[in-house]
This record gives sequence, structure tokens and C-alpha cells, in this order.
Amino acid sequence: MNGLSKEILKVAMPKGRIYKQASKLFREAGLPIPSDFDDTRKLIIELPEANMEFIMAKPVDVPTYVEYGVADIGIVGKDVLMEENKDVYELLDLGIAKCRMSVIGLPDWKPTIHPRVATKYPNVASAYFREQGQQVEVIKLNGSIELAPLIGLADRIVDMVETGQTLKENGLVEMESIFGITSRLIANRVSYRMKNDSIQSLCDKLHEVISAKV
Amino acid sequence: MSKPKMFEKPIGVKDYLPDAVKKLRHIEREALACMEKWGYEQIMTPTMEFYDTVGVASSTSDQKLYKLLNNRGTTLVLRSEMTAPIARVVSSLLKESSFPLRLSYHSNVFRSIEEEAGREAEFFQTGVELVGDSSAEADAEVVALAIASLKAQGVERFKIAIGHVGFLNGLLGEALQNRKEEQELLKACLLGRDHVGYREQLGKLSLEEPVRRELESILRLRGGAEICEQAMQLHGGETAKDAINHLCETWEVLKAYDVCDHVLIDLTMIGDFSYYTGMTFEGYAADLGFPVVSGGRYDNLLSQFGRPAPATGFALKTTRILELLGAEDNVAEERTLIVYNTAGRKEALAEAQRLRGQGAAVVTERAESLDRELTDVVAVKQAEVMGDADNGTGAAAFSYKGLRYSELGVFLGVEGGGV
Repeated sequence: MNGLSKEILKVAMPKGRIYKQASKLFREAGLPIPSDFDDTRKLIIELPEANMEFIMAKPVDVPTYVEYGVADIGIVGKDVLMEENKDVYELLDLGIAKCRMSVIGLPDWKPTIHPRVATKYPNVASAYFREQGQQVEVIKLNGSIELAPLIGLADRIVDMVETGQTLKENGLVEMESIFGITSRLIANRVSYRMKNDSIQSLCDKLHEVISAKV
Repeated sequence: MSKPKMFEKPIGVKDYLPDAVKKLRHIEREALACMEKWGYEQIMTPTMEFYDTVGVASSTSDQKLYKLLNNRGTTLVLRSEMTAPIARVVSSLLKESSFPLRLSYHSNVFRSIEEEAGREAEFFQTGVELVGDSSAEADAEVVALAIASLKAQGVERFKIAIGHVGFLNGLLGEALQNRKEEQELLKACLLGRDHVGYREQLGKLSLEEPVRRELESILRLRGGAEICEQAMQLHGGETAKDAINHLCETWEVLKAYDVCDHVLIDLTMIGDFSYYTGMTFEGYAADLGFPVVSGGRYDNLLSQFGRPAPATGFALKTTRILELLGAEDNVAEERTLIVYNTAGRKEALAEAQRLRGQGAAVVTERAESLDRELTDVVAVKQAEVMGDADNGTGAAAFSYKGLRYSELGVFLGVEGGGV
């Protein structure tokens, strides 16, 4: 087992919004991540002094890399985990990139006969409305979801809300909150066992930093 | 759906070309031979079973079963695993055979919606069932056999994690007495490998602080024999204590098998609660993102077929292991090519039969159909044969139409009786 734990730990990191907060957290946990990583365009970054390798991925793909085991662990938002439903370990709530998944509509929204909901998260939206006992038509969009109720494509949307500023500027209101979102540390089923030592020790270091903040 | 293109096949099924088949047969043979050495006899069951018997009893969830109707309108299933069919056989055809029964199998199984990555609708499983023995010795035997089988197949770096469903059942049952729903909620989190959710749920439940801390601490119960001792300190009541004792005993037996290097205890690892009743285990190989073996004790299954008996077993994910070994080079094979013309035919085919009788692989080819490259080689060979009057076969490895040959035989008689 000791022979295995010295192996390189492959970490799938989400590019963009979450990355900066995540790399800051890693640095606080004592991992020697140079700050110029934040702006690099390289897709694979080696960190031999920490026995790690970072794979820069599109956030929504992180669980896929981890599920297939091409990355041992990864960092990803709860929104992606709920939508993608991959078979991975969810080890730690990193407490970063806080926001929430919500149902959003125009202030004068009234129930319609054929409700339509636009979203980037069709699985999350379908599951939520089914639980509420509502049958809705879910329309998958890839961006600018707020447009949908404004131009009449859908009467409501399901999307991530961080500050609510975009909603306010577009005259929309948050109707219901579905669940809270933060970034999570996830692990592959096999790596979690085969590289137990290095994953657990990283987990412990991160946990220390996170609980110090609360 | 649009009409499929001619090269297409349904999603999740595979063709195996000769090289892959060779490897597959090899690892299948090695595993079965290993199981046979441990006294397990191979059985075969039909591809189709009744939905109401094997389908319902199987551990596979309903939506993953391939269902079809026969001409009487009865629902059938394509077997999704081999444990339930074997339970049926043990309770019927082998009703008179006394326990313990040791059976092995190698077979293709079918799943209609594979939620896991690398979706496969048809794949191979090689495994064993040990029926009629509830002891820790029996659990250790199947774990040790799983280890031996993996080694026989050529998997080198792997770990087997063992756990016990009774531990968690006992612990949660004790901490949350008469709060079945909350127990289920926590189990669902663990089954979904959602440790964050598990901690969140614990935070929401009304629990005394020491109990909460205890329940949270189980997430760290992974390691060697020391884990059993740690687990013993927790307040899990009789059920959990029995489970831990059973695991400790199993560990002792595994020590005697001298395989503990490959085993770790992981009390957070839980199989399907509705199916497994005791020890469960899962095996992982380095360089493969998916488990290579899974198994455990299922003492309630046999009673569904009318012959209640404890049972334990495992299934190797042979298709995955094939992926793992796929990169390795195949052993070079001895093959002979015999080239002949009409006049040399009788002699050539007789020689081919003689060599095959000795166990060689022989391909015969008419001289006219050879390509140019080989025609030259044959000419050289023919000159040699004429020269030293050998019987026509000699050593010189060469490649012809994608196959490697180690021998070439030339039987070119004089056409039409004379030149």
C-alpha cells in the first residue's frame, strides 16, 4: 500500500469561476501551487513536489473524468453533481463558490395550463417539479437562461443564483430555492481505495482550513 | 429512431476480434482453472429466465433488466447476473445435493440501462457461489479465491476492500431506535457515496453530540485489522458487534491464507442493503477506474426459491479485466503455412493433417493465390528443398496476410506429369 500511495494524485480542476477560489484553498492547505497557475492556458499542469498533477477541465466535465478514473479526485459544484448523477465519492464540502439553485420567474407569474421551464439543468428541473407534483415541459438552454421568460419561451426558469443582481436587472424574481450550492471534493471509487493515504491526508488538510473559516 | 446504418450495432454491445478473443479466452480459462483447483465446478444456465422467478429475485434493479415476451405472453428476462439463476438450480435440480455446494461460472450477462460509466449492455462475468456455509471460513474462502483468480488472470496490483452490512445496520439501529426513515436516509447517502450529504443529515437530526460524533467517525473506518478494534469501541449493540466479530474472524482466516497484503477493511463500503446480508467486498486494480470484482454474503436469496440456505460468492468483471490486460503483448504463436499446387496437394494436405495431429496450427494455401512477396520466399524455399531434399518444412519466421508464421512448407509437384 505504501508503494501505491506515493503515486501521482491526479486532480481534475474546474476552469473559470471556481478555480481561483479552489487554488487559494489548496494553497492555504499548504500545497505549493504557484499563483501563475491561475492564468495559464496549459491543460495539464504537473506539480511534482506535491506528487500531484492538475487537469484543467470544463466544470461540467469534472465528474466524468473522475468517474472514469482518468482523474483520481476533482473539484466541482454541487449543481453539476446533482445534474450529472455520476458514480463518485462526494468527500468534502469546500464551502467555496456559494450560491443556490432556484426557480425564477416574472413577478406577475400565474400558473399556466402548459407550464414550460427553461434551464441548463434539465435533470434537476425535472426531478424538482415531479417532486412538487407538477408536470412541466423542460426546455434545455445553454446560456442566458434569463432571456426565456422575458421573451416568452418559458414561464419560469431553473438556474443558479449567486447575488441575484442579474435577476434584478432583468426584472425577474426568485420564486423558490431548490438547494444550496457549494464546491465539493469528489473521488473516484477505485482511487479512493488504492490511493487512500494521499486522498485522506489531502482531505484532512482541506478540512482543517475549511473548519477554521466557519 | 432513424434506420441504423449497416455497420451499426445496438449501444452497449461489442464485437471481439481474434486478438481480443484470445485474451478473453485466456483470462477466462485461467480464472476457471483456478476455481476448479479450489473444488468449484462450473455450471451453465440459460440466457433467458422468467421475470417472476429469477428476474424478481435478482439483485439487478427492475429498470436495468432486459425484458421480453414469449409467444404465450409470459415475461422473460435476459439474465442480468448469475447468482439468482444458480440459486434456482441449487433449489431445484441440485435439491438432493448436500451442502456446501461449490459452483463456478463464466457467462455473458445483460443490463438494459447501465447508469455507470462505460455503459455495457452485455458483458462477461466469471465467478463462484459457495452455498450452504455461513461461517467466516466460507467468507474468507471466497475472498481468498477472488484474490487467487485475479492473480491467475495476470492482474498484479490490486486491493480487496471488505465490509459488513450488519455493522452499519446495527450502529444506525442503535443510535436511531424506532426512527426507520432517518436510518434509511443516512443509508441512502452512504450508498450514493455522498459523505457530504451524510454529514449534513447527521447535522440535521436530533442526536446527542457523542452519538453524532460516533456516526460521523465511521467515515474514517478504513484500513487494516486495527479498524475492527476501533469499530468495537462504538456503541452498535449486538448486531454491530456480531458483524465486527465475524469480520475479525474472517480477517484471521485470511491471515492464514496469507493474502492480507491485498485486503483492507472498509466499514463505509456497503452493498445493496436489500440483497447482501453479511460481509461484502469489492476489488480494485491500479490503473482501472472501475472495480474488477464484487461479492458478498446473501443469506436470504435461496429461501425465495424454496431452499433456505446461507450463501456467499463473487463475480469477476472479466470484461473490465480484459481492458486492464489489453495493453500487454500476446504470446507469439507457432503457426505453419503450407503452400502447394495441384500436383503436390495430396502430400501437402497429408502433411498438414500430420502436423495438426501433433498440435500445430497449420494454414494451407494454393500457390496460385499467393501474393508476389511470398511467391519469392516460396521460390527460395523450393530451391532449398530441391537442393538438400528436406521434407519441405523449415524454420524462418515471416508474416503473411496479417498473421505470423514460424514455419513454411512447400509442396510444389510437377504439374501435368512433366516439365
